[in-house]
Amino acid sequence: MTDLNSLKYTDEHEWIALDGDVATIGITDYAADKLGDVVYVDLPAVGSTVTAGDVCGEIESTKSVGELYAPLTGEVVEVNDDVVADPSLVNADAFAGWLVKLRVEPADVDGLLDRAAYVALTGGEE
Amino acid sequence: MTDLRETPLAARHRALGASFTDFGGWSMPVRYTSDLAEHHAVRSAAGLFDISHMAEFLVTGQEAGTYLDFALAGSISGMKIGKAKYSLLLSDAGGILDDVIVYRLGDERFLVISNAGNREIVAEALAERTTRAGIPAAFTADAEDEVDVFAPGHPSNGAVISDVSDRFALIAVQGPHAREILAATDGVEGLTPRLEELGYYAWSGGTYAGRSLFVARTGYTGEDGFELLVPNALAGPLWDALLAAGSEHGLVPAGLAARDTLRLEAGMPLHGHELSADILPAQAGLGRVVALGKGAFVGKAALESVVAVDAPVLVGLVADGRRAGRAGYAVLDADGIPVGGVTSGALSPTLGHPIAMAFVPPALAEPGTALAIDVRGTRIPATVTALPFYRRTA
Repeated sequence: MTDLNSLKYTDEHEWIALDGDVATIGITDYAADKLGDVVYVDLPAVGSTVTAGDVCGEIESTKSVGELYAPLTGEVVEVNDDVVADPSLVNADAFAGWLVKLRVEPADVDGLLDRAAYVALTGGEE
Repeated sequence: MTDLRETPLAARHRALGASFTDFGGWSMPVRYTSDLAEHHAVRSAAGLFDISHMAEFLVTGQEAGTYLDFALAGSISGMKIGKAKYSLLLSDAGGILDDVIVYRLGDERFLVISNAGNREIVAEALAERTTRAGIPAAFTADAEDEVDVFAPGHPSNGAVISDVSDRFALIAVQGPHAREILAATDGVEGLTPRLEELGYYAWSGGTYAGRSLFVARTGYTGEDGFELLVPNALAGPLWDALLAAGSEHGLVPAGLAARDTLRLEAGMPLHGHELSADILPAQAGLGRVVALGKGAFVGKAALESVVAVDAPVLVGLVADGRRAGRAGYAVLDADGIPVGGVTSGALSPTLGHPIAMAFVPPALAEPGTALAIDVRGTRIPATVTALPFYRRTA
């Protein structure tokens, strides 16, 4: 089980789980619900470097297009091929539907939202 | 977020867990669970839609047909009682102010259903046209409290047009199981003609809980189905009864997200996307809807004089992969030059590939023409195809 309280969040509705210096990133259930059924995800290439705050991918639902913002600066060490093959995973399970793993500077996560701040941001939903 | 109107079914949508969106000034359910699941349910079983936001106008009187012949683009006075007809409300310049469905209720009685977002424009146009139709005609902005869709209106030797939108709810049951569901719905009585004898683009009259029930075999999904008009007060009970009857037939409540992908697959235009006051009927492939052979009507002079051979025309586009062109994206020719624009687009849930409707020059409108869509900087090859993208087999 993932301990939600150990996660970090962004105001772009991403969750971040840090393990050592590898951050796993996905979008929250709240964001997935707002998007509707996800039908396409475009993720950065493994080995590329993404910069915090920059667009690094896209998440399309039947009705809309959402941009994926890099929550942290780092090198892409893995992308979730399962979610590329079956984008509905993003809706079905926010954690199984993780998107990318970045090698980051662990201290950088301190600048992200904690769970309480994120839940406050969404008006109590997550 | 302010001043959005709610339909009589809003509390039920909330109880079903719907997400809401602003559509034409109304807070409407966009999805209940999954828009893809709702879409597939309509294709394979049935979906239940609240379309109470749509606007309804009753046109009555000895000259009701004459008035509508003048006000709309089609030949309305020649319709048979019991039938429905797709028509257009044109501007004097020939542009499409709205698309409507007209139902002939009787010799001197018609029901006109228009889009929610265009209610004011349609009401204004219908009111203004009473002064130009050459017959005694009057428009009433709001009907009396109780309107029976089938009861004779005020006798008139001309035409009386009433905006009855605020009196009625409209519920659509769409999908291959729609007929069995409606037939099994408690409280629906005395439909004449009977459902099994009701043709497509025709309507039947009966009662629900003792009040007049209007059932049209029309829809906006590309499936067989029905649209039910009832007084507001009966909308909730009828919705519940339909859901109960549909539970063993795969019926699910479906929102506007599914409705949009369904109508797009069926190649049906949406006003504000494929249709607008700047678009002539022929551009949208609706030249057949305009009865140029009838007498005077609003827009006729313009359509007879305009020779717009180079005006963009509406086409279907199909692409491979999963990235869909969306409304507003540029359409490019084989050299990458922008030549048109997408009006609606989605990854087709039924077909599994991207589909779009777009306006392009007539020279590039032939099915098979290779074009591309600029999807946020990426050129996605797309091929012109005949509409609709999807056609039901049964």
